[in-house]
Amino acid sequence: MLWYIGRRLLQLLPVFFGATFLIYFLVFAMPGDPIAALYGDRPPAESVIEQVRAEYNLDKPFIVQYLLWIGGIFTGDFGTTYSGRAVIDVMVHAFPITARLALLALLFEAVIGVTAGLFAGLRKGKPFDTVSLVVSLIFISVPTFVIGFVVQYVFGVKLGWINPSVSSAATWLELIVPALVLASVSIAQVLRLTRASVAENAGADYVRTAKAKGLSRGRVVRVHVLRNSLIPVVTYLGTDLGTLMVGAVITEGIFNIKGVGGTVFDAVKRGEGPTVVAFVSVMVIIFMLANLLVDLLYAVLDPRIRYVK
Amino acid sequence: MSSNTPGQGGGRYVAPIEETPVVAVDAVDESQKAQSVWGDAWQAMRKRWLFWLCAALIAVIVVVALFPQWFTASLPTGGACKIGQSLDPASAGHPLGFDKQGCDVFSRILYGTRSSVTVGLLATLLATLIGGIIGALAGFYGGFLDSLVSRLGDIFFAIPTILGAIIVMQVMPWDRNAITLSIVLAVFGWPIIARIMRGAVLTAKNSDYVMASVALGLSRSKILLGHVIPNALAPVIVIATVSLGTYIVAEASLSFLGIGLPPSIPSWGGDISTAQGSIRQAPELIFFPATALAITVLAFLLLGDIVRDALDPKARARR
Amino acid sequence: MSENAATATTPLLQITDLEVGFTTQSGVVPAVRGVSFSIMPGENLAIVGESGSGKSTTAQAIIDLLPGTGKVTGGSILFDGTDLTTLNASGIQRVRGSQIGYVPQDPMSNLNPVWNIGFQVRETIEANTQLRGQDAKKRVIEVLEEAGLSDPGSRLRQYPNQFSGGMRQRVLIGIGLSARPKLLIADEPTSALDVTVQRRILDHLGTLTRDYGTSVLFITHDLGLAAERAEKLVVMYKGKIVEYGSSQEILADPQHPYTKRLVAAAPSLASRRIQAVRNDEEESGALAPVTRDISIVERAEAREASAAGDLIEVKNLTKVYQIRQGGFRKTDFTAVDDVSFSIPKGTTTALVGESGSGKSTVAKMVLKLEDITSGSITFDGKDVGTLPRSELLSFRRRVQPVFQDPYGSLDPLRSIGSTIAEPLLIHGIGDAKSRRATVRELLEQVSLPSSTELRYPNELSGGQRQRVAVARALALNPEVIVLDEAVSALDVLVQGQVLDLLTKLQTELGLTYLFITHDLAVVRLVADNVCVMRQGRIVEQATTDEVFDSPKQDYTRELLEAIPGGNFEFGRL
Repeated sequence: MLWYIGRRLLQLLPVFFGATFLIYFLVFAMPGDPIAALYGDRPPAESVIEQVRAEYNLDKPFIVQYLLWIGGIFTGDFGTTYSGRAVIDVMVHAFPITARLALLALLFEAVIGVTAGLFAGLRKGKPFDTVSLVVSLIFISVPTFVIGFVVQYVFGVKLGWINPSVSSAATWLELIVPALVLASVSIAQVLRLTRASVAENAGADYVRTAKAKGLSRGRVVRVHVLRNSLIPVVTYLGTDLGTLMVGAVITEGIFNIKGVGGTVFDAVKRGEGPTVVAFVSVMVIIFMLANLLVDLLYAVLDPRIRYVK
Repeated sequence: MSSNTPGQGGGRYVAPIEETPVVAVDAVDESQKAQSVWGDAWQAMRKRWLFWLCAALIAVIVVVALFPQWFTASLPTGGACKIGQSLDPASAGHPLGFDKQGCDVFSRILYGTRSSVTVGLLATLLATLIGGIIGALAGFYGGFLDSLVSRLGDIFFAIPTILGAIIVMQVMPWDRNAITLSIVLAVFGWPIIARIMRGAVLTAKNSDYVMASVALGLSRSKILLGHVIPNALAPVIVIATVSLGTYIVAEASLSFLGIGLPPSIPSWGGDISTAQGSIRQAPELIFFPATALAITVLAFLLLGDIVRDALDPKARARR
Repeated sequence: MSENAATATTPLLQITDLEVGFTTQSGVVPAVRGVSFSIMPGENLAIVGESGSGKSTTAQAIIDLLPGTGKVTGGSILFDGTDLTTLNASGIQRVRGSQIGYVPQDPMSNLNPVWNIGFQVRETIEANTQLRGQDAKKRVIEVLEEAGLSDPGSRLRQYPNQFSGGMRQRVLIGIGLSARPKLLIADEPTSALDVTVQRRILDHLGTLTRDYGTSVLFITHDLGLAAERAEKLVVMYKGKIVEYGSSQEILADPQHPYTKRLVAAAPSLASRRIQAVRNDEEESGALAPVTRDISIVERAEAREASAAGDLIEVKNLTKVYQIRQGGFRKTDFTAVDDVSFSIPKGTTTALVGESGSGKSTVAKMVLKLEDITSGSITFDGKDVGTLPRSELLSFRRRVQPVFQDPYGSLDPLRSIGSTIAEPLLIHGIGDAKSRRATVRELLEQVSLPSSTELRYPNELSGGQRQRVAVARALALNPEVIVLDEAVSALDVLVQGQVLDLLTKLQTELGLTYLFITHDLAVVRLVADNVCVMRQGRIVEQATTDEVFDSPKQDYTRELLEAIPGGNFEFGRL
């Protein structure tokens, strides 16, 4: 297991440097003036441009620029926002909020998605299965921002059950509805994946053998069907984190949550390029680390991975 | 010595021969029509009404995308939008009324189809071509090329498509339009296709029929084109169909954020963003583009599901 | 039959008029029709049949484990006085494991890959006995020890993928017997294993069940195995029982035409069968395969007379693979070690060995599909290893393969016609019209209707595909065909048919065969010379008769003894 973790960490290094370099390259090696491009249609004051130019070491060779930039990331220096605040300060404030939101969303995904998927998969073709399939398809095809608006409008504005925008404290309770919105697409995906995986595993030879051993139906499902079916679901959670991050930008924007996503949303809307790039780069890094975590979890669930030479 | 009541003690039983006629060993069943794998998949698909529903929806969507002017006389942008008509209700020739900018909503939805379909198709096509070719070459030739491509794929894969697109669109030096947006999405989307193609090519490459072809003297490139790629296509087609839907969502999300297509190009995502500004006065304005978007995405996702079922006999047997 | 009648007590299992059907879109398809048989306490019974005969379905119906939409639609299954078909879910659950044990067919897929071995045995014990905690653990070790797994205590925390097929099968046998059931259902328990492993495991299983007084219901396609392991036989064909009775009687004097066919085709019984079959010849009329052994033998004799010169000469052939072990370390693995043999023109040489013996690697090197590490292969006086590119194509034309897996060796997207025409196309032989004619001719040669050219591989059975593969190999009029386990995956009757075809073609076309197989029984039918391989080396090399009549090596003897039915006293009433 330790050998496996070590190997995965080693494999992550080139990917990490490759991905960060790619981002940096895309931002600063595009044709034209990168600083002008960063600000898009809304160029800021000349003084700000000068400040940014110095910040990004644009007078130095490209590879040095990149190394200084990545060095900055490791020392917590992500640059400053439009208004002069250090990105790291905003991040320290925003991150816990987004972490709460993401944890809640993951919880909903795991609980609702896996449970419903398990029942649908075990009762394939029965009414519950059909209904959950149709509902999940609708959630997958309606984008998060539409669901967000509808929920905000219906429950927040029309019915007044929730506050249409979350307070700056962003308590767990306030985040429940946004987290459901954020998780909606993923819940549907997890449901479909669990369902397919359960249906396939339920017909596996080892499940028949487990029944032949005289195990109770409940035990067969819990120990042999569910455990094996979770393996592809866990793999999916890794890629799904990317969806959650994009979802967080949109959901936090809609519910006016001052988390990482909300900050990016505002920065995009205001055309504040450096902030967007800094924050999204950090999100990509978190995504990579989270994927490493998922990989390890995967190895815990599936011993075949651990013992492959 | 034969008895007709089997199962009693240890007696010998021989079934009456007329009741259990013996047929020739391993004869070809000539009563069935010959059917190729693709023909078989087609047979499986055409039996499902859902397939025809999706096909019809997609046909309508594509026609609207190609010829929106056939369905409305109003233009969606520019001078046709008059601020005086802002949020005006439906009227003759304008069945869905006007949005905050005073543009005809019906017309914007019809013309918005073009953006969604163009980005969806173009991004899928590009990602499938890039990913498919790279994946096939890496899987088939292996070695250094394979390691290089796989690592490169890992790097692109480590950046979630839309997050990467946000960054690139933010600094986009060229015009933001359907083509540049598609390219950006494909740049981050190809590794998925490449991975799947590589896996499928590896499976096909190690099959006995490929070895048989080598033993027949067929050249490597002909084996790749004639046997390996055709057999590796099925999973790629399934993923491509599904990703068409996700690229459409990606375009809408980016346009919604304001860094996809510019307001001068009608797009459902952008329209939803505009409608957000008038949600209290005219909540239905969100409903129209959202429905169009959902139906389009749903049609492609369902089609992907049906194609997957048809191409995977295992899934069909389970249904 | 008299001895059974004398000890008549109540049967342990009595199946009466069992009907099983599968619900499909076009209604209920019957899979088992009116099956009745019984098993006495301590008695072993084997159900024999080809794939699709309903033998496994019958077994699965007993413990209510029918796959998919399968349902018992009629009849009764009396076990120890209870009709199992009337039990509810928890009732049948109490019978499974504790009363009726089950050993499944494929050891690779029947253990859950994500749980360790100890866990999977232990849960069986906890489900069926009162043992818990340390007692349960002790019992787990006991069970695995009894099943013949060495050093089970230290293996409890290992996972199935760290076990070989034979070890997994031992674990499954341990699980099946862990609660000392009265009946054990063994569904093709060893068909996925090497013959010597198979024999050891079956012997062990026999000892265990005799000690416990457990009855065993064997499900098998192998008549030899069935006769050797069970006192009573049930022969099933297309969902029905065609013959039922004592193994001795049925094998000595098969009555039903299907049973006759099966007895005649079983390669494991071939050596002692030739005379018996001759007598039945006039009765068998329509059943061509029955007579094939004589013809195969006659052809072999004819070949011996005309044999002249070596076409292929293999000298000191060695193949070393580099295996990556973790990080960057590599170790050498010698798959083929200093192998020498030669194949006289127009004869069949068999390479026999178990999995991992290197026999297929030799075949691939002869076909020039793998590079040679050292040594040489000479074909018609030319060194194959250093063949210039310009001569490679003509070499390919003269040496053709037929591979093992009938499901993998044909491109599923190509029609049969285009598959058979492919070699002609590659070598630029004829035009479209003449190629089509050749395809039809070849199909006829392998006894397939010419309409087959329009069909696709998924529409054909394993045997038919293998015949197509033979047709493709013949398309270029080759001199040598390398048959790599070409009949191993086929049902006995189909196997017999393909072997018959191969020997017929050999006589007609003067072909030279390199026949790779793990099945010594088949070798006797087709080969002139035999090389027995083990761990990359040839351990014995002689003519077929010498190898069978006076094997020199212990390993060869072990292989010979492992042929199921080999020890069975057959044909003496």
